[in-house]
Amino acid sequence: MRVAREHFHNLKELPQAEPLAPGSPLCAGCGGLTALRLIHKVLGENVVLVNAAGCMTLLATFPYTPLHASWLYTTMGSAAAGAQGVRDALDILIASGRLPAEENLQVVVLAGDGSTLDMGLSATSAAIHRQLDFWYLCYDNEAYGNTGFQLSAASPPGSWTATTHHGTAQRKKDIFEIWRAHRPPYVATLSAHDPIDLAEKVARAATLRGPKLLLSLAVCPTGWGFDPSLGDEIAKLAIETGIWPLKEARDGVVRHTYRPSRFRPVEEYLRPQRRFRHLFTPQRNDNLLAALQRQVDEYWREAT
Amino acid sequence: MVGGGIRKLLTGNAAAAWGARLARIDYVPAFPITPQTEIIELLSEWFDDGTLRGKFVTLDSEHAMLTAAGAAAATGVRVFTATSSQGLVYGLEVLYTLAGWRVPLVLVNVSRGLSAPITLGPDHNDVLAARDTGFLQLHAETCQEVVDFILLAYRLAESPAISAPVLVNLDGFQLSFTREAVELPSAEQAERFLGPFQPLHPGFRHSHPVAQGVAVLDGATYSYFRYQLHRAVENAVEEFSRVAAEFAATCGREYAPLELYRADDAELLLVMIGSYATKAKAAIDRWRAAGRRVGLARLRLVRPWPAADLQRALAGRRAVGVLDQNLSPGLGGVLYQEVAGAVAGMANGPAVLRSFIGGLGGKDVSDAEFDHMLATLDAARPGGPPPAAELLMTQVEWRQVARSLTVAGKQEAVSAGKEGGEHAGSA
Repeated sequence: MRVAREHFHNLKELPQAEPLAPGSPLCAGCGGLTALRLIHKVLGENVVLVNAAGCMTLLATFPYTPLHASWLYTTMGSAAAGAQGVRDALDILIASGRLPAEENLQVVVLAGDGSTLDMGLSATSAAIHRQLDFWYLCYDNEAYGNTGFQLSAASPPGSWTATTHHGTAQRKKDIFEIWRAHRPPYVATLSAHDPIDLAEKVARAATLRGPKLLLSLAVCPTGWGFDPSLGDEIAKLAIETGIWPLKEARDGVVRHTYRPSRFRPVEEYLRPQRRFRHLFTPQRNDNLLAALQRQVDEYWREAT
Repeated sequence: MVGGGIRKLLTGNAAAAWGARLARIDYVPAFPITPQTEIIELLSEWFDDGTLRGKFVTLDSEHAMLTAAGAAAATGVRVFTATSSQGLVYGLEVLYTLAGWRVPLVLVNVSRGLSAPITLGPDHNDVLAARDTGFLQLHAETCQEVVDFILLAYRLAESPAISAPVLVNLDGFQLSFTREAVELPSAEQAERFLGPFQPLHPGFRHSHPVAQGVAVLDGATYSYFRYQLHRAVENAVEEFSRVAAEFAATCGREYAPLELYRADDAELLLVMIGSYATKAKAAIDRWRAAGRRVGLARLRLVRPWPAADLQRALAGRRAVGVLDQNLSPGLGGVLYQEVAGAVAGMANGPAVLRSFIGGLGGKDVSDAEFDHMLATLDAARPGGPPPAAELLMTQVEWRQVARSLTVAGKQEAVSAGKEGGEHAGSA
């Protein structure tokens, strides 16, 4: 079941312009990069990306950048504060007549789950609290990917990371709900597997002033352990098993933008990924697999 | 006499706020910390009542505050901010970042000792933790210098030969909360000396996309950018003199990177920074009144390090003592090391160079301790390796510490202190 769409109905309607040139030091099959490309298409070129330390920091590596847009790498913990400084300075320059209004830019934080869920959370929470007019794009590959895939607060239960060799014990920190508790105008989850849903959400949020979170699952061949050619299939399974719900919250009101008519078993998503291999071999961990399925079932029982 | 200013009784903090106001800043990202708060309270008031145009915004930490400051400066507005102590070291990562971005903003630090143990009193470990960041550093002795240095700082920061952030330091409590008569430059004087901000590079804008702060993954390129920053900061020694001459012509006050006080014929010379220099000058006056040839060299500029000025000032002296209001555990005084580096290998360098540590965490440097330092220099004879840094504390202060130790049940520490004590002076 899908919600009605206003702006985009098929792939042909997506903007043709490519804001991201091919060629970057990122891994083959990076789901985060695909999400960035799609989001950027809808946002247009008049953006400045304010980056926190993470995989995407490698996009702009002196003297190259694949971006047509502006870029500012900040630190791991303060990208949202960087967004505040750029936004405020542009406002001051335009208000005082030192910069023509047509030079204005949309300010977009670009950060991974590690920065977003932990170190950068203070600066981000404060920026939302101040109702800063900015986008926050989080590519969630569920670990500290750039440093070799160590545990982050987004690592899913049961998953191997380079620092949880027997599987992650805790559940993902719910950054969607943490943002929503601040009552920003818009919060959404996205997936590059569903570009229409993604584009629709960006277009819907573009009319809103204030903090806007776009939280995209970023399939990660390197860290998750699958062939890059399987990226879209894994992304699809994340949605169809219900593991990665597509939803939005406008002024705090949640609605799911897609609900699978028949949920695939969670196992189908887990099995192709090396990070979950220990759940199946040398012995099948029936208890944990059942628990993971139960978590997803419980989520959707309560989902609106 | 160059006139036009107004005289006001101002605390060091109010002087800092006035300096920013006269610099017609656009943007202040802020976060409160004792003893800096009066600065941001005044500035927020002036933004609220329309005296200042632009924006004042409270961030969630100094780390965020400094990031916002740098990002705004990179976008093209004139930025001011202020912090202290824990705040400065909390934001230390960002200090390196902003220097690397080469953004010309001004940061005031109101010095305060670092935790643990947590304290409020001033010393210079906080500001000297920032010495390697690429920020220029100006150190004020008086409230007058606080105002004037902020104006000088913007000229230095925005100079095309430098284009780097500047830190202006004033000592917590001794300066931040002390009222002194300050001659404020008039708005016209300030504007004549410091014109509107003209960014060297266009900031972020639609018609001109730029990538800033990009990653560099090879050592040679990284070294190039660090060397470039080093050269730019070095340029500030010459630029300081040029800008200070213009300031003198506009506002009537003269500043050199190194202040020499009654030093011309001095055999014994003290070297230091900060507000305790006022007490040092009183000690110099006492010794001069007794016919002794003593003097003071006070660094206004700590980054860039005015090595040539120091070499000239220290050449041929019988004995030089460096008073460090900081402590690098296991090494000693930070400035002592830098002074020693500046005069190392000089044919006519000072015959004796001694290191004193005093005034940590707001501890007074008493008249007796200044007398003790000068007497130690007077008695010192050249030859042999330099003795370790001397840690200053008076008997009265030690008795007070011993009382607290006793209350805390640490009598053994009191006895150890008596045996191994290194307590100078006898106030």
